[in-house]
Amino acid sequence: MRIPFLLAAVLLGSVTPAIADGWSGRTGVEYLHFWSDPIHEGQYSNYLSPFVEPEYNAEWDDGKQQFNFTLFARGDSRDDNHQHVDVRELEYLMVGSNYALRAGVSKVFWGVTEAEHLVDIVNQSDLVENPDGDTKLGQPMLNLTLINGPSTLNLFVLPYFRDRTYPSESGRPRTRLVVDDDLATYEASNGRHHVDFATRWSVSESGLDLGLSYFYGTGRDPRLLPQKIAPGQFVLAPHYELLQQVGLDTSYVDGAMLWKLEAVGREQLGAWYFAMSAGFEYTFSGVFGSSVDIGLLSEYLYDNRGLNATLIVPVPPVKAIGAPPNYFQNDLLFGLRVGFNDVQSTQILMGIIPDLDGQGLIYSLKAERRLGETWKLNLEFRGYVNIPVDDVLYSQRNDDYIRTTLAWYF
Amino acid sequence: MRKSVSLLALVALVATLPVHAGPAEDKGLTIAKEASTRDSGWADNTADLTMLLKNKQGEESRRDMRAKTLEIPDDGDKSLMIFDTPADVKGTALLSFAHKTVDDEQWLYLPALKRVKRIASDNKAGPFMGSEFAYEDITSQEVEKYTYKWLRDEKLGGQDVFVFERYPVDANSGYTRQVVWMDKAAYRIQKIDFYDRKQALLKTLSFKDYKAYGKFWRASDMTMVNHQTDKSTQLVWNAYKFGTGLSARDFDQNALARVR
Repeated sequence: MRIPFLLAAVLLGSVTPAIADGWSGRTGVEYLHFWSDPIHEGQYSNYLSPFVEPEYNAEWDDGKQQFNFTLFARGDSRDDNHQHVDVRELEYLMVGSNYALRAGVSKVFWGVTEAEHLVDIVNQSDLVENPDGDTKLGQPMLNLTLINGPSTLNLFVLPYFRDRTYPSESGRPRTRLVVDDDLATYEASNGRHHVDFATRWSVSESGLDLGLSYFYGTGRDPRLLPQKIAPGQFVLAPHYELLQQVGLDTSYVDGAMLWKLEAVGREQLGAWYFAMSAGFEYTFSGVFGSSVDIGLLSEYLYDNRGLNATLIVPVPPVKAIGAPPNYFQNDLLFGLRVGFNDVQSTQILMGIIPDLDGQGLIYSLKAERRLGETWKLNLEFRGYVNIPVDDVLYSQRNDDYIRTTLAWYF
Repeated sequence: MRKSVSLLALVALVATLPVHAGPAEDKGLTIAKEASTRDSGWADNTADLTMLLKNKQGEESRRDMRAKTLEIPDDGDKSLMIFDTPADVKGTALLSFAHKTVDDEQWLYLPALKRVKRIASDNKAGPFMGSEFAYEDITSQEVEKYTYKWLRDEKLGGQDVFVFERYPVDANSGYTRQVVWMDKAAYRIQKIDFYDRKQALLKTLSFKDYKAYGKFWRASDMTMVNHQTDKSTQLVWNAYKFGTGLSARDFDQNALARVR
C-alpha cells in the first residue's frame, strides 16, 4: 500500500464516484482427488488447498485512467510448489481517444481455439494451478494500443521473464523426474532480464475476427533436460530458448457456426516449425424447446515436428534432449458444451482428444454452477486412457483426477 | 397491387404469411416508423440496471449491471453490458452490435481469462442471464426486424393506445408474433404479449414509470411475466444519462479489455 499511485488512485477515486471501484475477489478451497495409486514416490491420492484472490480496482479521470491489482495465493501442505503467491495484475492504464497505454504486471490472451492455445504467448502458464496451462502468471509489460477504425495494433515490451511453475516431488500429476526450477537456464545471456518484444495487429469486420502476431524473446515452453544431481539421482532442468513466433488467429461466425483457426510458425535454434489447430463450434440454441444450448466442438491439432514435438524423458543414464513439449502432434478434439441458461448459470464442457498416431486418449469434463448469490462450485475431471510408454503423458497414466473447487466471491 | 392474384392464391398467401401489404399492415408499419423517428437522435446513453428474477415459489435472485448504448444512424445500436453481480461474473461484459437486416454480432468478455469470445449469432431466442428476457428482447428494436399489422385502437389504463402485431423477420426468433400496446400521446410501448413458436401466449412484458430525458422516454420498470412457467423478471433502470459523449471506441474489443 506504499505505492504512491495506488494512494493517488484511492484519493482520486473517492473524488469522482467511479464505478465498480474497490476491493472484490474470491476465496475458497480446492480438493484434488486421484482414484488410482500414485506411480511416483512422494505423491499422494488427495490434496486439499485453500486459496484467496483479492482484487482492487480504481478508475478516475472519467474512466480514462485505471489502476488494477490482483493477487493470488494458495496454500498446500503436500505440494510445496502448489503453495504459491503470484501478482496476477498490478497495472496502470491510460486510455486516449485512439490509443491506450498499460504499464505494470498484466495478463493478455490471444486466440480462439479450445484444446490448445498456440498463439497465446505473452503470459507464462501457472502449470501448478492446472495441467491444461490455462491459468497464467502475471507478466511485467509496457503495452501500447493504437486504434485505427476497425483495426488495432498492440505493441508489447516485456522486460522480465517468468519461469513456468512445476509441481514439486510430492505434486501430482507430474513428470517422472521432478522439474527443478532452481536449475533453470536461459539461452539469452541476460537470462530472465532479456527484453522480449511482441506485437499483434487485429481487425474485426462483419463476422470475421483476425489477428496477426509476432513475438521475439524467450520462449514460454522450456526444454526439460535431465540432470544428475547425485549418484543415480536425476531431475529435469528447464532450459528456455530464444524464440521467434509468427502467429495467426482467426474466427468467422456464420449463424450458429463459429469457425476457428490458429497457426504458428516458430523458429528456435535456427530451425522453423509449424503448428496449427483448426476447427469449429456449432451451437444448437434452445434444444427441444428448452432453454438449454448445446455446442458441438471439433478441432484438429497438428505439429509438423511429429513425435519429435514430444519431450521424451529418457531413462538415465541420459543423452537425449527433447524439444519443448507439445502433446498434440496429430490429434483431434471432440467437445460438447452445455449451457443450461438457468438462474445458477450451470455450464458443462466435455472434451476428448484421441491421438491419431496412437491409441492414447485424454478426456476432460468441466462443470460449474453458482450456489446462492455468492458461492460457486466447479468440478473438473481429467483422465488419460491407454497412454503409450513413449508418450510424454505416460508418467501421468495413473493420474486421472477430480478437482472440486468451492469458492466464495466477495 | 394483388388484384391479379386469384382468390385461392390470396387465401393461401394469407394462411402462410402473417403479413401482406394492406391498410392494416401499412398502418402498423407507419406507427412503428413514427415511434422510431421520435426515438432517434439520442446519440448515446448510460444506465445502471437491476434485474430481479423470481421463480414460481417467489424466490428471488438479483443481478446488477451497467449498460452503455451508442446510437448508430442507419444501422442497429451498439451496446455494452457490464455485470457487477452476482460476484462470480463481476467484470463479465457483453458487447453487441445490432443490425437492421443481417445477424447481430456479439462478443463475451471473460475477465478471469481476459478472453474475448465471439458468440454464435443465432442465440437470440435464448434466455439472457437465466432471466425471462431473451437476448432478442433486450437488443435494439429496429423497425426492419419485424413486419407489422395494426389491429385496433383502444384504451389501456386510461390512455389511448394503438394495438398492433409485429412478426419477427428472423427465422431464429423464438416468437411467431408479438402484440404491442403503444400509447398515442408519445408512441411509448406499454405492453407486449409474446407468442411462442406454437402460437401459444408465452410472456407479457409491461413497461412502467416512463421518465422523460429531454425528448426521449425511457421506462424505469420493465417486468416480464412468463405465463407458461409462472416465473418473472423485473428490470429496474436507474441513473439514465443521455449524450455522455460515447464513441465507437467505447464499443470495440479494446473497450472490453478494460472493463472492470
